[in-house]
Amino acid sequence: MNHVSETIWLAIGTFLALLGAAYAYDSLFAAHMWVLFFVLLVSTILMLRRISFASAGQAPAAAIKSEYFDEVIKYGTIATVFWGVVGFLVGVVIALQLAFPDLNIEPWFNFGRMRPLHTSAVIFAFGGNALIATSFYVVQRTSRARLFGGDLAWFVFWGYQLFIVMAATGYLLGITQSREYAEPEWYVDLWLTIVWVAYLVVFLGTILMRKEPHIYVANWFYLAFIVTIAMLHVVNNLAIPVSFLGVKSYSAFSGVQDALTQWWYGHNAVGFFLTAGFLGMMYYFVPKQAGRPVYSYRLSIIHFWALIFMYIWAGPHHLHYTALPDWAQTLGMVFSIMLWMPSWGGMINGLMTLSGAWDKIRTDPIIRMMVIAIAFYGMSTFEGPMMSVKAVNSLSHYTDWTIGHVHSGALGWVGMITFGAVYYLTPKLWNRNRLYSLDLVNWHFWLATLGIVVYAAVMWVAGVQQGLMWREYDDQGFLVYSFAETVAAMFPYYVLRAVGGVMYLAGGLIMAFNITMTILGYERRERETGAAPALQPAE
Amino acid sequence: MELYTAMRHFADSWGLLAMTLFFIGVLVFTLRPGAKASANEAAQIPLKED
Repeated sequence: MNHVSETIWLAIGTFLALLGAAYAYDSLFAAHMWVLFFVLLVSTILMLRRISFASAGQAPAAAIKSEYFDEVIKYGTIATVFWGVVGFLVGVVIALQLAFPDLNIEPWFNFGRMRPLHTSAVIFAFGGNALIATSFYVVQRTSRARLFGGDLAWFVFWGYQLFIVMAATGYLLGITQSREYAEPEWYVDLWLTIVWVAYLVVFLGTILMRKEPHIYVANWFYLAFIVTIAMLHVVNNLAIPVSFLGVKSYSAFSGVQDALTQWWYGHNAVGFFLTAGFLGMMYYFVPKQAGRPVYSYRLSIIHFWALIFMYIWAGPHHLHYTALPDWAQTLGMVFSIMLWMPSWGGMINGLMTLSGAWDKIRTDPIIRMMVIAIAFYGMSTFEGPMMSVKAVNSLSHYTDWTIGHVHSGALGWVGMITFGAVYYLTPKLWNRNRLYSLDLVNWHFWLATLGIVVYAAVMWVAGVQQGLMWREYDDQGFLVYSFAETVAAMFPYYVLRAVGGVMYLAGGLIMAFNITMTILGYERRERETGAAPALQPAE
Repeated sequence: MELYTAMRHFADSWGLLAMTLFFIGVLVFTLRPGAKASANEAAQIPLKED
């Protein structure tokens, strides 16, 4: 395959990055453009080495167009595992930084810069790659059509990796627009917009070219995720840059409108990135791994429409007791509570898919992973609406309870369903009989599950204690505790939280090893999980 | 009328009504008596091939 035009575009990009570095308005932009320059330079050189300079007639025939396009999904699977381990590792580091402030290494590795690195690495790098890879896999299988747009899928994959690298290096350099989960500055946002439109074209194009008359429900969820994230990303990042060669930009909104726009984005990033997208994953991979159709297809349709109709309004619950008008706060709270219905409907639908095959929970560690994911989905979608009730929020807001809630959803639901999908996908994609080791999947399962339990339980206690200490008055109306005292009281919890994180990270490392060995083609000899021991005849 | 107020009024009157009706329409269409067979067929899509 020749990639002449791609290589030329990369070379032009490299040159433009060099110009950006030379004419930068501020030193941070120059530094960031140097990063971009070296990344693109290396990419250009790698591409140049792959070009075959044979005359056109001798060029190898193009690959058959009728097969599924799986090569990019293989890359996506590896990227998912890689970024997952990186994201978990940074998480452990910042957990330890909170417990032991001496670990803040100024200026690049301060908590303030590492924290967005962690959130973006796990949400966008790990979760995003998992969503892109699985959506490409699922849409081809359920549409019985090859990915639309040919090499455009490669552009989506590599363009997304470039976004991740630019975002991550930007955080460490101190470039941020200070919007939670949307920290990258305007020029990185523009790049992501281009990549995302290409993603939409590939996905929607495949659906339009489908040979299957019906659009399977998983694709509806994936499509809702892609379309909504496009809308959220564009609106929340509307900003005017100070200079076209500088990092700084100012939001198009001001004051409370700005805050609401941010949390409309922030909550729907949870709703459509971390929920709808991964529900698409659930609706394909759980039936596949269980070998049974989804429990109720009609419930899944109602789950879809109810979820997208309600989620979009829930954002204001992040702004309780702020300058946001009361009616908007109440609206956010009411819609959050109504979300119980579709969330639990979806959870029941996922779990009941196993009815008649419950024994697989004992014998199949991958199913077990998916089941615990759905269980955590149910748990965190119960906890979230509860925390959005104003009275509860007055205790929980700004405390570590919120962090615990986010992690039971992110580690439990998003992480576990992704691990299940990765374990399902790897032998399929690389044409292996089975994974290298199911025992290691079991180890991963228990390390991850116990890690989440430790993490979430510790953060509940920490958060409630923190909230109670902040609002403790003595009989003369003075606050009993200074803020520093409430920070000091958190120390044991912060250490325990890091322990939970280390367990989860260890599980991730085991997965990376298992996946690597599977790709390399090894199979560990081990007894079948859950096989009944041979019975001893009575004597 | 101010743009904000106008949009606000539209959102909690006609806009709300239209979305509610669409949603109810979806529920009715999904749960209509004839839908079960085609839903069961659609549920088999992932299992049809590898």
